[in-house]
Amino acid sequence: MSADSIRKGMMGFYIILFFSWLFGPLLVMSGSAFNAASFPTVTPWEGFTTSWFTSLFQNRDIREGVGTSLLIGGFVVLVAVPIGMGAAILMTKMHTQARSIYYAIVVSPVLMPGVIIGVSTKVFWDRLGMALDAPYSSFFYDGLFLTVMGQASFISAYCMLIFLARLQRFDRAQEEAALDLGASHVQVFFKVLVPFLRPAILSASVLAFLTSFENYNTTVFTILPEKTLTTVLASKVRLGTDPSISALAVLIISVTVIGAILYEFRARSEARRLEAD
Amino acid sequence: MRLCPRPVITLACILMRKRLLFLQKASWQVTDLAHKPALRLPNFGGLGFAIGTAFSLVVGFWILMMILLPTSYMVDYSFRFDLPPGKIGGPEDVHTLENYRFLMFGPRGSTEGFVFFGHEIKANVLHLKVFFRTIVAAIFVTALNLAICYPVTFFMAQRATGGLARLMILCLILPFWVNEILRAFAFRILLGSGGVVNTMLMEMGLIAEPFDFIRADIALYSGLTYAYILLMVFPLYNALESLDRNQIEAARDLGAPVWRIHWRVVIPHAKAGIASGCTMVFMLTVGALAMPQILGGPSNLWFTQVIYDRFNTSLNWPLGAAYAFVLLVTCIVFVLLVMRLFRVNLGEIAK
Repeated sequence: MSADSIRKGMMGFYIILFFSWLFGPLLVMSGSAFNAASFPTVTPWEGFTTSWFTSLFQNRDIREGVGTSLLIGGFVVLVAVPIGMGAAILMTKMHTQARSIYYAIVVSPVLMPGVIIGVSTKVFWDRLGMALDAPYSSFFYDGLFLTVMGQASFISAYCMLIFLARLQRFDRAQEEAALDLGASHVQVFFKVLVPFLRPAILSASVLAFLTSFENYNTTVFTILPEKTLTTVLASKVRLGTDPSISALAVLIISVTVIGAILYEFRARSEARRLEAD
Repeated sequence: MRLCPRPVITLACILMRKRLLFLQKASWQVTDLAHKPALRLPNFGGLGFAIGTAFSLVVGFWILMMILLPTSYMVDYSFRFDLPPGKIGGPEDVHTLENYRFLMFGPRGSTEGFVFFGHEIKANVLHLKVFFRTIVAAIFVTALNLAICYPVTFFMAQRATGGLARLMILCLILPFWVNEILRAFAFRILLGSGGVVNTMLMEMGLIAEPFDFIRADIALYSGLTYAYILLMVFPLYNALESLDRNQIEAARDLGAPVWRIHWRVVIPHAKAGIASGCTMVFMLTVGALAMPQILGGPSNLWFTQVIYDRFNTSLNWPLGAAYAFVLLVTCIVFVLLVMRLFRVNLGEIAK
C-alpha cells in the first residue's frame, strides 16, 4: 500500500468521523423521542412509543410559545424586509464617501452579540417609556413589541445583505429606459425594480422568519413575561428533561430534511434547465 | 420624539448631496435667468421623491431607533447608579464609574481578593474569574473548531468533485436549521449520566461509574464547538475553493512535504477566510447563552449568564448594562487583534 492511499484512507475515515459527530447527537435525540423510558435516552431501550408526540401537542406552554413565535416571526418579516430593501437601495444611490460610514453602521448589528442587542433594546425602550411618562400598558413595556424591535435590528441587516447581492446584478439601463418611455419614478419602482428583486424578497422573508423563529439570545431579554417557543424550550430543558422535547426535535428535523431535499431538487432541475438553454 | 427628525434630515442631506452638486453646476452653466431650473423635489439619485422619502424614513428609523440610540443608551445607562424609578432624572441621577468598579473590586467593603506574590489584592474574584474563563474557553473552542474544520473543508474545496461537494455542504447545513436549544438538548442526552456515551464506555469496561461530563465542562465545550461549525466552514471554504490546484501540484513536484504545502501555500492563501471564520466563531461563542445555560455545570457560569442574572434575578440593570458593554469592548478588541495578527482588513472579514 502506497503512502498516498494510506493518506486517502485516513482522510476518508476522518470525514466519516466528522459527519457522524455532526449527525450523531441529532440521531440519538430523535431516537429518544420514540423510547418509552420516562427520561430522554436511547439506552436502555424500553420499547417503541409515540406517546411523547401526544404529550407534546397537549403541552399548553409549548403551544402558546409556538403561537407567539409565529406572530413575532410574521411581524419581523414585515419590518425587516422593507428596511433591508430600502437600506440596500439607498446604499446604491449613495455618494462613495457617505457609503462607507453608512455601511459600517448598518452592518454592525450583524457582528454584535445577540445578548447585547437584547440588553440595549430593553434598556432603551424602558427608559424612553419612562421619559415620556408612558402608561405601563403601552407598547414601551410590551414584550412582543420589544422582541420585534430587537430581532429586526439585526435581521434587517441580514436582509440588506441579500438585497445588496441581488442589486449588484441589476442593469440601471432598464430603469432609464422606463423613465425615457415616460414612466413615473413610482411606476419604475413597482414595475421594474420590485419584479427584479422578487427572488431576493422571497429569500429575505424566509431567512427573516426562520432567524426570528429560532432566536433566543436577544428574545430572552426583550420578551418580558411573554413566552416564545425558544424561551419555553430553554426553561423546560434546564429544569427537567422530558422526551416530548425530543419529539419536537423530530418534527423540526423532518421539516428541515424535507425542505432541504425539495430545495436540492429545485436547484438541480434549474441547473438542468440552464444547461438545456 | 424630538430626536427623530434631525438625523433623518442629515441622512437625507447626504443622499441629496449628489443631486445638489449637480444643481449647483447646472445653475453655474445656465446663465439665462428665464431657464434657471425651478425648485425641484429631491429624487434620491433617480429613485423618485415619494419612494426615496419613504425608504429614508424607514431606514432612518432603523438606524436611529434600533441601532444607534439603543446602543448609546446602554452605554450611558452603564455609567449610572441603580436608582428606584422615582429618583431617575433627579439630583442623584448622575454619571458614575461605580458599575465598572464593581466588576473589578466587588461590593464596597468586600474583603474578597486573592494573594499575588505575598500581596493581598482586592478583587471581584467571582465575576472576574467567570469573565476570564469565558474568554479563554472561547479562544480554546475557536482554535479547536479551526482544527476540526480545516481538513474537512480542504477536502471539500480541493478534492471533492461537484456532486460530492454539494452533498457535503447540504449535510453541513442541515444540523444548523435545528434550534440551538435543541442541539444543546441533544448533547445533554448524549453526555448525561445515563446517556449513550456513558453507557457505551461502561459496557466496554473503560469506566465503572458514569462519568459526569456536565460537571467537568466537557459537555459545554463540545456543545459550543458543535454549535458554530458552519460559520467556520463557510468562510474557509470560500477561501480554499479559490486556490488554484496547480499551486499545490507545483509545491509537491518540487518535493515539499504535506505539512509544508499547507503551511507555505494553502494557509497563506486562506488567511482572510481563517480570520473571518475565527472572528465569527469567537463572537458567537463568547455571546452564547443557551448552551451554557443548558450544558453548564451547576457552578460554572458563562459571562453572558452573569449579564442575564443582572436583568432577571438580581435585578441591577445598570450593572448588567456595564457588563454587556465590557463584553462588547472585548469582542471589538478581539476582532482588532485578529485583524492585526492575520494582517487583513475589516472588509475581508465581513466578506
